[in-house]
Amino acid sequence: MSADTNGRSTKVRKFKVDRDAAPWHGRYAPYDLAKEFLVALVVVVVLVGGLAVLFGSPDDKPVTVKSWSTANPIDFAQTATTELDGTSGTAGYGPPYNLNGTAQSIGPIIPAKWLGVHHPIDTAQDFVLGPLSTLPDNPEVQAAITEYQSASATQQQAWTAAYEKAVANATYSDGKLVVPKGDYGPVATLIAAETSMARSGALDGALLSSRQFYGTDYTKPLLFIADGQYLANLADNQHLSGDQWGMMNETGSYPGQAWLWLYTLWYQVPPANTSSNGDIQVFAIMIVLTALLALVPFIPGLRSIPRWSRLYRLIWREHYREVERDGGARAAAVPTG
Amino acid sequence: MTIVDPKPARPDQADLDKAAGRPEDAAQWTAKIRETAVEALPPQKLLPDRQPAYVASWIYVFGVTTICALLVVIATGLVLAIMGPNWWHVSSTGLFVNSLHLWSVEVFFFAMVVHLWGKFFMAAWRGRRQATWITGVVCFLVSVGAAFTGYLSQQNFDSQWISTQAKDGINSTGAGAIFNVTNFGQMIMWHITLLPLCVLALVGIHVLMVRLRGVVPPFPAKGEVPEGTEVPAANATEVEA
Amino acid sequence: MQALALVFGTLFGSIIDLNKPGHYIHWGFIQMSYANGLVILLMIIVFFAAILIPFKSHKGEDR
Repeated sequence: MSADTNGRSTKVRKFKVDRDAAPWHGRYAPYDLAKEFLVALVVVVVLVGGLAVLFGSPDDKPVTVKSWSTANPIDFAQTATTELDGTSGTAGYGPPYNLNGTAQSIGPIIPAKWLGVHHPIDTAQDFVLGPLSTLPDNPEVQAAITEYQSASATQQQAWTAAYEKAVANATYSDGKLVVPKGDYGPVATLIAAETSMARSGALDGALLSSRQFYGTDYTKPLLFIADGQYLANLADNQHLSGDQWGMMNETGSYPGQAWLWLYTLWYQVPPANTSSNGDIQVFAIMIVLTALLALVPFIPGLRSIPRWSRLYRLIWREHYREVERDGGARAAAVPTG
Repeated sequence: MTIVDPKPARPDQADLDKAAGRPEDAAQWTAKIRETAVEALPPQKLLPDRQPAYVASWIYVFGVTTICALLVVIATGLVLAIMGPNWWHVSSTGLFVNSLHLWSVEVFFFAMVVHLWGKFFMAAWRGRRQATWITGVVCFLVSVGAAFTGYLSQQNFDSQWISTQAKDGINSTGAGAIFNVTNFGQMIMWHITLLPLCVLALVGIHVLMVRLRGVVPPFPAKGEVPEGTEVPAANATEVEA
Repeated sequence: MQALALVFGTLFGSIIDLNKPGHYIHWGFIQMSYANGLVILLMIIVFFAAILIPFKSHKGEDR
């Protein structure tokens, strides 16, 4: 124990070179911070301006339900069928969209389940039957909706299962989906109408403004589009897929978010690369690593790496030259940590 | 006739004494805040014109470069905000401003990472500078979040892909219940209000911490700190193991 | 405003078009775009340059 200048007692501990620092009693030199700031600002403005003039920025047009169903009506029809029968990715996702799927977990920790459904989506109603019911002057479609909704769950499943098998071999000609003959009940009418509605552009609007005029929440159209293969194929062509380290990449040849390298790395290796709980596993790893980075000052060993690397001898070489020349004459007084 | 100087060079000490510093006012919150602030950061510490002689390396310019890049990010972001989120899709001037915004973000992260590497290899947390280090790391994380919401706000193919992919990672943590990456309105509001304010606050605290503690000194040379030297414990109840 | 738009449009419409398909480095399980690889390489070069290039400061005298 020792006392400070006010006579208050202070606890002390041993000086640790990777934790403490001696107060500087050596030489000071002029250093114009304001000028440094201005020079840095000018350099940055010129650099950014130059890069913008040279390379510009990317702006690939978004996919719409219309562009998707026009480019690949079969993929659209297949996806719409899975939305109707509840076998699509979104339909069976689980929280926060519905309770039809298992939330990801690490042991007993299942945060998505605990937080529950906050953006409820019933794909059959929200993506197919609801939008179709808004079609005016189309008694055939309204009748198909009524027939489908009045049927038993077993009957509905039989129709959609049969249709799903058939539409994989469908063709599209003369503005019509051509599906091999079979017993699909009203499902064929529903999916054909859905495809036409999509190709007209009306489905984009219906999905966005289903609750309000001024929609800014694109969850429904985005999830619908992402359930299909079209968006994923475009992304794969641009090297943006998860297994292509796509998180770091940008469209075209632009640099992307290179700082996400460590986050995306874990998706490329076991266990996350194959596990159905891969996302929460990667998040858990990153939380631990981030905590380690933030708490480096308190972690013996980790906080010694700078000293062991001896890189500081390069950074402060002028200082050490001076100190070693003076033979330690400017050594600090008792360090105050 | 007395001529009163219309523009005195500095406030008269007597005038200053009228406005503040009386012993009978010392218990005031205002007085206490001012005295604490001035004691911690007097003007000479807030804006010093000299630095310790060891502050003599180009590695030291990357902190201020990061801040300058952030200012360009914000300035270009303000222009984009003035014209609205659709402007850069329909105007070549808008596309150019968007390019400035994108490249200033790249320069921002470039400078920040070089700054981080430099500070790590200097072990810049030494000497009661742990809070400076921690605010720096947190600022990095919040900046990644700010950039992420920016990418989500592009309203183009890239933002469609990023949002539909990122939702899985975020939903797995439960945060998807509140933070909905496919909700453009929410994402752009986080991007232009919430997160920039957080970044600016963290940068402000971080820079004040650097001014408060000074730039970290070099590791001691051989013999500079004798064996068995003691320092005040950070926490008075701590006992040396 | 029209004149400004014209200037920005033609002069600043990006001299090098990066909207073409990218090239990627494949190294074991690592895949990285040329652009990202270049950015990271530049960071490393700039870091070491910053440490190695002498910084001329005023030699003041004070304690």
